[in-house]
Amino acid sequence: MTIERKEIEKLATLSRLAIDEKTITDVTGRLSSVLALVDQLQNADTESLQEVSRPFHISQRLRNDEVKETDQRDAFQAIAPQTHNGLFSVPKMIE
Amino acid sequence: MHNYTIAELVKGLQNKEFSSVELTQHFLDRICQLNDDYNAIITITGEQALTAAALADKRLASGDAPAMCGVPILHKDIFCTDSVRTSCGSKMLDSFIPPYNATVVENFARDGAIMLGKTNMDEFAMGSSNETSFYGPVKNPWATDCVPGGSSGGSAAAIAARLAPGATATDTGGSIRQPAALCGISGLKPTYGRVSRWGMIAFASSLDQAGPMARTAEDCAIMLNCMASFDEKDSTSVEQTVPDYTASLGNSVKGVKIGIPKEYFSEGLHPGTELAVRKAMAQLEAQGAELIEISLPSSDLSVPAYYVIAPAEASANLSRFDGVKYGYRCENPKDLQDMYCRSRSEGFGEEVQRRILIGTYCLSAGYYDAYYGKAQKVRQLIQQDFSEAFKSVDLIMGPTCPSPAFKFGAKGDDPVAMYLEDIYTIATNLAGLPGMSVPCGMVEDKPVGLQIIGNYFDEARMLNVAHQFQQITDWHHQAPEAM
Repeated sequence: MTIERKEIEKLATLSRLAIDEKTITDVTGRLSSVLALVDQLQNADTESLQEVSRPFHISQRLRNDEVKETDQRDAFQAIAPQTHNGLFSVPKMIE
Repeated sequence: MHNYTIAELVKGLQNKEFSSVELTQHFLDRICQLNDDYNAIITITGEQALTAAALADKRLASGDAPAMCGVPILHKDIFCTDSVRTSCGSKMLDSFIPPYNATVVENFARDGAIMLGKTNMDEFAMGSSNETSFYGPVKNPWATDCVPGGSSGGSAAAIAARLAPGATATDTGGSIRQPAALCGISGLKPTYGRVSRWGMIAFASSLDQAGPMARTAEDCAIMLNCMASFDEKDSTSVEQTVPDYTASLGNSVKGVKIGIPKEYFSEGLHPGTELAVRKAMAQLEAQGAELIEISLPSSDLSVPAYYVIAPAEASANLSRFDGVKYGYRCENPKDLQDMYCRSRSEGFGEEVQRRILIGTYCLSAGYYDAYYGKAQKVRQLIQQDFSEAFKSVDLIMGPTCPSPAFKFGAKGDDPVAMYLEDIYTIATNLAGLPGMSVPCGMVEDKPVGLQIIGNYFDEARMLNVAHQFQQITDWHHQAPEAM
């Protein structure tokens, strides 16, 4: 299966990636070859099989709904690109 | 001292033949002298290491020393280390200094190991050659014009170059076993859930597993004793007793049934690699192991299934890198969308972006059933192959990778050629099984790895057989000429 340039542009938007014009053709070609590889899956007979989201049969452990974490806001904000009065700061969203 | 194994270093420290400070300084000196030749280490933590070594010496003197007290090791730069940069081989995290330790790092600190630094790796563990690292490729100490394998290429090369006796690593599709094979060392990917993933930067959460790399199987056993633990902070950590992996190393291999999958010896396997692997299995047979031909009929579907599931999980995991809370943020964003898009495109390398796009495609409306759903069903086929095989054999053996280390750039233009490098290792990740690689020969003056696959939580038997193999061979003691 080949992938169209328009689809790459849509995927880039969904993925929040800015792919420049120069590399878009290259990316299209490379992705098509990877999709040709994964298309081999279509030949497998999986009619009677269930989807497996875990490597083997283990059940997801649940924990009690208790607060265990201490407040580490200062430690985490110290490594943020930009903060303001204890908040994570981002560019303006609404004009 | 750099030629000692971890087992020998533990004895030497306990018998006061040398102190941990002397040992740590020795490895730091070697790193300063040789790391530029191999580019195996991104961050060196000399000052911290010497402080920890002085403390270890006090514990050794008091006679109350834990298992790895005073032994220097390296951590792959995918494990969060408190107050030490954790880059994951990416520009995105070039300035990321975590305020906490991964559980694996904590476990080693608890057992007295000394962190020398953080090793180079493919960006976000996506690669099989270490060429995708933001910090430049690692060179294979056996042939510096060749790749060390990946993604844990820095850990493998550092051990081969005797810059550390052991290192932590991670394996999502072969990232411990393939570089171990290409660098002539031993490496073990444990059963999924055996080692905590907490604080380990996620690539594909249902496949990622941390494990040890060292020169010998015995050293891997010592390290796994320390690494393996139940961790309530990782919801996929398995609550099961951790055995002493060194206790059964001395068992005989007599009567051990070894399955040889015919699919692992088909087209594409280098004849020299095949010869070395078959010779190794014959040596185990001569020790009393029984070789049985088996079939893993869905093997050819492993790589396609993996290249749907791993990118799909990666595209979700890596969505957290958006320039808001930590990591790279682009200069002068004009609005929020611009900040997201440019931070991610400038922060991630080409291969990471490619996998995010593939993963997004496989998960997008209209394609989910055909790709992701289908791959998850194929995963069951692969698991069924193994569970059928383990009804009649104890272990499975074959080559770790199709050929010895290849030259830089040899597979650069074709992502699919690079992906096929992991053709023999990926299936165990999809099934969650443990796998390891031990050196078993040389081809074109480069090392070859023997892969040993075990049943769930059967690491002790794998280590036992690997150790017994190393009692009758000396491939694990061979060093690159420069050493």
